[in-house]
Amino acid sequence: MSACGDSGCGTCGTAAPGGAGWERRGFRITSFDSVVALAGNPNTGKSTVFNHLTGLHQHTGNWPGKTISRADGAFEFHGTRYRLVDLPGTYSLLSASPDEEVARDFILFGRPDVTVVVVDATALERNLNLALQIFQITRRAVIALNLMDEAAAHGVRVDDRGLARDLGVPVVPMAARKGEGIDALVATIDAVRRGDIVCNPKAFHFPVPGLEESVASLARDLAGLYPGLPQARWVALRLLQGDGRIREALRSGDFELLAGPVGPNQPSPEPAA
Amino acid sequence: MKIHPSDILDQADALRWKLPQNVDDRIAEALYGTAADLASRNTTKSGGSFRATWQRQLDRILTGRFTGLLAMLAIFSTVLWITISGANVPSAMIADLLVGTIPPLLHRAAEAAGLFPWLSGLLIDGVYLATAWVISVMLPPMAIFFPLFTILEDFGYLPRVAFNLDRAFQKVGAHGKQALTMSMGLGCNAAGVIACRIIDSPRERLIAILTNNFSLCNGRWPTQILIATVFIGTLVPGAFSGVLAAACVMGVACLGFALTFASSWVLSRTVLRGEASTFSLELPPYRPPSILRTLYTSLIDRTLFVLWRAVIFAAPAGAVIWLVSNVHFADQSLAYWAITALNPLAWVMGLTGVILLAYIIAIPANEIIIPTVLMLTVQYAGLSGMGDGAGVMFDTDGHALRTILEAGGWSVLTAVCLMLFSLAHNPCSTTIYTIYKETGSWKWATVATAMPLAVGFVLCSSVALVWRILAAG
Repeated sequence: MSACGDSGCGTCGTAAPGGAGWERRGFRITSFDSVVALAGNPNTGKSTVFNHLTGLHQHTGNWPGKTISRADGAFEFHGTRYRLVDLPGTYSLLSASPDEEVARDFILFGRPDVTVVVVDATALERNLNLALQIFQITRRAVIALNLMDEAAAHGVRVDDRGLARDLGVPVVPMAARKGEGIDALVATIDAVRRGDIVCNPKAFHFPVPGLEESVASLARDLAGLYPGLPQARWVALRLLQGDGRIREALRSGDFELLAGPVGPNQPSPEPAA
Repeated sequence: MKIHPSDILDQADALRWKLPQNVDDRIAEALYGTAADLASRNTTKSGGSFRATWQRQLDRILTGRFTGLLAMLAIFSTVLWITISGANVPSAMIADLLVGTIPPLLHRAAEAAGLFPWLSGLLIDGVYLATAWVISVMLPPMAIFFPLFTILEDFGYLPRVAFNLDRAFQKVGAHGKQALTMSMGLGCNAAGVIACRIIDSPRERLIAILTNNFSLCNGRWPTQILIATVFIGTLVPGAFSGVLAAACVMGVACLGFALTFASSWVLSRTVLRGEASTFSLELPPYRPPSILRTLYTSLIDRTLFVLWRAVIFAAPAGAVIWLVSNVHFADQSLAYWAITALNPLAWVMGLTGVILLAYIIAIPANEIIIPTVLMLTVQYAGLSGMGDGAGVMFDTDGHALRTILEAGGWSVLTAVCLMLFSLAHNPCSTTIYTIYKETGSWKWATVATAMPLAVGFVLCSSVALVWRILAAG
């Protein structure tokens, strides 16, 4: 196991090599070994990726907001059965609109083993903003750098390896509409799940005086209350921002579910801040 | 010492007061800054791109103040015209086979098998014929219309429609995103109602839900197209009939938009008062549609889905139609009594009792209106038996439909009023139930059902009145 540092790119690679060995399982989602979430901005091709992986036919269309609630499907790779959850597209996880809450609650409480962030290569800046927010909630993330064909048509070249190094998570270049990169994405998801690729997403520091200390102290208390809570720092930050949903979850004890023992399929807890 | 969740909340509150007030903004800014830095470090742009230039040019036309509106009319009219002129021939061919050739064979087989006459009547003249009508009437227009619509959607045109209509929605006090839910309603009103979840403000969401039914749905496009083709297109010489029919359907669809705006305006000035909220709408880049995938998904997802739904509802409706036409009460069939009772009301609205009864029987699905009307007309007007007779009534010009309907007392006025009533009547039962689920209130579901009915009654009665005055004078 090696962490994806500045020099670690040889081992983690931008993406695992692709190959056959995966099988679409459509609606067979009742029994599964692992859960994968598909997140991303609206209109980046999440539903297209979802359809490719599961063989289902979620309606796709070139307009933001097609997927309103989440959709479930399944696929299999080398004997591991995956349940794939297509989340509604969101620009951020910071506000409390219903679609953002669906996405955020699933990544937080659904405890996906791997979260795939579908990123539009033609609008990298706006898309990475969401990716950075997702990295605060989960460490097991894969970037599906979609619409590479369109970026090329616009005269834009994205350095996927450089991006993987900077972000600390694997990046799979794709053109999902043509089916390019799907094999590599499946292999990468599996490698992250097995721990062959260890994600070390970019740590984010807050340039607000006093915030870093407050977050750290609150996160310590949270970790004391719920040992193994994987997103203690993020929860602390949201509490400091007065997030009603998170306060409610704390009061009602939803976090106890999250703080269970860390199994092999669960994200490792964040290092104490 | 044991920590409690409430301690953490208290501590969070205490720490919160020490933070600067704009902490949310500063965090958001920092995130954007980092994202921008990461993006620029890993992206290289090579010169101006041809594609970006033509997309800008295209947007200037398609979202321009006046050009946008003109382009919208032109694009949708073209789609309708292609559908209408393309669906004629295959529609007649399928009807010839399913309604003309097969029923006599089925009857002969049933006789040979020694089936009870009432059972073979129920199954063949009821269930089978209703299903056959649905397929022959609906399949060809859908198989042309849906792929075209999906190509537009894939290309990225729908958000532009929303953009063009946004200002108008703001003016009537509704949410700009209602343009998107209205566009969704053009496919299916139940889907459009669910899509209203994208509107955050409960007031504006309710307006969008209540008015969604004024978007012509999948189930009603074929009705509009068919009636316009058969009754209105034929008023002019062949070369222009397709154009005129398309223009009429377009006119009804636009009237639907006008009704959406008008009813939104009334609602936001009366029971649902309030300010319109602002939002940002992203115009996605134009993307070349992948034709093969489009064909596949629109055929499987939409055409077959809608057709299957129609067939599922047509079969039991066919049985009901056969029963009301063949179960007798005081020497006359139930259908006779119902139609006789409905006739006066129908006359005021420029319709026929048969049409109103069809709308009652066909509440589960708008898709089966025309087949229901046809079957009721045939049974009620006492046309020669559907078995052998039906084959005779079909000539390859596709005018059989007209022959049957004229025997049922139809005129051009009936056709016009039916098109209007098809636009403005109660939603199908699926949509009504969806509205109940989405609003959690039978009161609003009732309003959503009654409002378009009232509008339809006023609309049809006024047209019929003016028409009759002009005809008399």
